[in-house]
Amino acid sequence: MMATIITQILGALTVASAMMVVLSKHPVRSVLYLVVTFFFISGLYIMMNAQFLAIVNLIVYAGAIMVLFLFVLMLLNLNKEAEPQTAPLVRIMAAVAGGLLFVVLIAAIKDEVLVNSDSNGAKISNIGLVENLGHTLFTKYIVPFEISSILFISAMVGAILLAKRDKQIND
Amino acid sequence: MENTASIDINFYIILATLLFAIGAFGVMVRRNMIVLLMCIELMLNAVNLLMVAFSNKYANPDAQIFVFFIIVVAAAEATVGLSILILAYRQLRSIDVNLFNKLKG
Repeated sequence: MMATIITQILGALTVASAMMVVLSKHPVRSVLYLVVTFFFISGLYIMMNAQFLAIVNLIVYAGAIMVLFLFVLMLLNLNKEAEPQTAPLVRIMAAVAGGLLFVVLIAAIKDEVLVNSDSNGAKISNIGLVENLGHTLFTKYIVPFEISSILFISAMVGAILLAKRDKQIND
Repeated sequence: MENTASIDINFYIILATLLFAIGAFGVMVRRNMIVLLMCIELMLNAVNLLMVAFSNKYANPDAQIFVFFIIVVAAAEATVGLSILILAYRQLRSIDVNLFNKLKG
């Protein structure tokens, strides 16, 4: 019962901080609220017995990707110019479209769950620990793991090649 | 909560869908390119949350491995996207996505 209440509070805080990401005017504030959102999502992972994934989420998302966003934001130095705002009509249309997307996705997923909701898994699962995940990753999913390393190398080379200040490439 | 094991799966479905809808709303309403990329990250995290919830429900580690791969692809996507953003900022001196239509042609 205690875990249920904690999970619900974490879910409400996640949604609130995600709304603040979208609604805050300043981009730096958006980045910081997104870091807070990732912390809450990691808390939800811990509540779902996915401990290793919670730590990976913190290190990779809140540690690496968000710092990269923050670096780019500081590098571009956008503080003096105000961000262009969208028209109120566009905002209302976007809110309606987002709400409709929510309703449609809920309606699409809910029926699928209700079909086989009786097949419940193990009560206390330790599949989120690093031992089980590592065993699965290095036996069953070894080929996608190696392909993801190629993806990382190509992304790294592509990022350096794109952002390099070279006269011959720019002109 | 009639489910005795843990919290109901419908809670996580509603939560993840709500996060996804918030991210989609942000993509539609914001004009700042960095915030757009951040909203895409938010949508990816909503999918990750639902995958972990189902992995916990069915006691199956495959979904958590897929969450790893989603994190990998998100990191690569953020890197390349931000470098393209820097390149576009050098050309246009702005990160308003409405100005990026000059890229075509």
